[in-house]
Amino acid sequence: MMMRDAFGSTIAELMRKDERICVLDADLANCNGTTNLRKEFSERAFDVGIAEQNMASVAAGLSSYGFIPFISSFTPFATRRICDQIAISIAYAKQNVKIVGSDPGISAQLNGGTHMSMEDIGVLRSIPTMVIFEPVDNEQMIQALPQIVDYNGPVYIRMFRKDCPDIFGKDYKFDLFKADKIKEGKDVTIFASGIMVKTSLDAAEKLKEEGIDAEVINVHTIKPIDGEAVIESLKKTKCAVVAENHNILGGLFSAVSEVAVQNCPAPIIPVGVKDVFGEVGKLDALAEKFEMTEKDVINAVKKAVAAK
Amino acid sequence: MDEICKEIRRLTVECIGSIGSGHIGGSMSIAELMKVLYFEKMNIDPENPKMEGRDRLIVSKGHAGPVVYATLALKGFFPKDWLYTLNKFGTNLPSHCDMNKTPGIDMTAGSLGQGFSCAVGIAIGSKIKKDGATIYTIIGDGESQEGQIWEAAMLAASKKVDNLIGFTDYNGMQLDGNVEDINSLGNLKSKWKAFGWYTQEIDGHDCEAISKAIDRAKAKKGQPSMIILKTVKGKGISFVEAAGFKCHSMTMNKENVEAALAELQ
Repeated sequence: MMMRDAFGSTIAELMRKDERICVLDADLANCNGTTNLRKEFSERAFDVGIAEQNMASVAAGLSSYGFIPFISSFTPFATRRICDQIAISIAYAKQNVKIVGSDPGISAQLNGGTHMSMEDIGVLRSIPTMVIFEPVDNEQMIQALPQIVDYNGPVYIRMFRKDCPDIFGKDYKFDLFKADKIKEGKDVTIFASGIMVKTSLDAAEKLKEEGIDAEVINVHTIKPIDGEAVIESLKKTKCAVVAENHNILGGLFSAVSEVAVQNCPAPIIPVGVKDVFGEVGKLDALAEKFEMTEKDVINAVKKAVAAK
Repeated sequence: MDEICKEIRRLTVECIGSIGSGHIGGSMSIAELMKVLYFEKMNIDPENPKMEGRDRLIVSKGHAGPVVYATLALKGFFPKDWLYTLNKFGTNLPSHCDMNKTPGIDMTAGSLGQGFSCAVGIAIGSKIKKDGATIYTIIGDGESQEGQIWEAAMLAASKKVDNLIGFTDYNGMQLDGNVEDINSLGNLKSKWKAFGWYTQEIDGHDCEAISKAIDRAKAKKGQPSMIILKTVKGKGISFVEAAGFKCHSMTMNKENVEAALAELQ
């Protein structure tokens, strides 16, 4: 199942139980898995047309009227394009709006540089009260949505909308504000989010063969970051790699570093987009170009371990 | 001049005077509208400012805070003493309207264009809940240069949000100069009509005209309404009016306050 379908069907279930939930789209419902909602919830699921600024503020108005609106678009248009509306209509006004951005970072693939948000986390992370969540698989998305509805405040969901590998099984227990240790290790910690989690787990397997025991932590919620998990792991391993599908400025690398530098300074090496714009290409080609492959994680780990 | 309008103006002058300067021009231009809305039309309860199903006012031109605060105080939403705390550290009355600080303020505004979209969202919310509320919103003429206004205008008409009544404070001036010189709105009435709104243009300082226009707007089904108020920036205080666009935000020292209050007796 594509992640957008997991999103669409879970939201439908939640809308059946909770009349406060609305879903607004800006002409990308067919891409984001929300079109079918309009049949069942004709009043609460609708399209505002290609006008994302308006969508954000309309949602804030709905929230002030007691609704819990989800607004959805591609990541760049759901964040940097409407930064002021998110800051003022939503966050500053304390409105309970959930923002769904799909196709983060290089996953925009053939839509290219204009649609490739390398900065969305950085942009939103600097706005007070924003919660930023990047699901890694369908199970996490499905478990996260009820918690996001229950949480009173703005949340950004950075959704990889297509097929993604399963990381978690049915026994998984999700907590929006707790990072998940997926693999225990003692030599280095790999903090990873989104599509870089699978890459990091694969890298960790290869590293085992080379005698390096890597811990892999999925930081699904980048803000507020689970500082305790970062500190606890870093105190043990004393070095880290941060792997993210985002500019290394302002995203997860920054968030982890901010915690580390104040609590347990250690060498931390980033794997991610090195402050350049995106371009068209398939996921594999882009990962290669932006140095976000398994090999790049392995090299970064060796660098981090050597710097201890 | 209507006594309540005079009192709203006096309290606004005292409010701005307490901090020495502020957005006097665009406050004075909507005093009549404030009177008609709060003392005649709106279903509200000062004792219960968050009453379910109440009518709402979203002041998208959020810098008109002082005249809204003066009206809310006069109506009894909070003590008049609060007016003398405008913009002082820790106040409940910031320069731009804040729903989380001031009883009776229905939406935070200040970044222009956004409050108008919020009003459309609120009106849609009221339609979903079928609570029968009327949603009022005020935008500035300068604010109408924001693209977001027209995004919201299109959606409101498209969704037939007929419980929404908008007002444009068409005083013809903005911070940098005359609207006509800065970036003309062209034929504003035609624009709103073309966007699918039931549009009226009236004298914004004539309480009876405002009242009747609102009644006509409420009776109109299937369309949102825009009432363009032809107004004078700084209306009611000769030296503020004479300052032209410079009265957008101006000094209101003790001398100015005394002169203004003398005119408003």
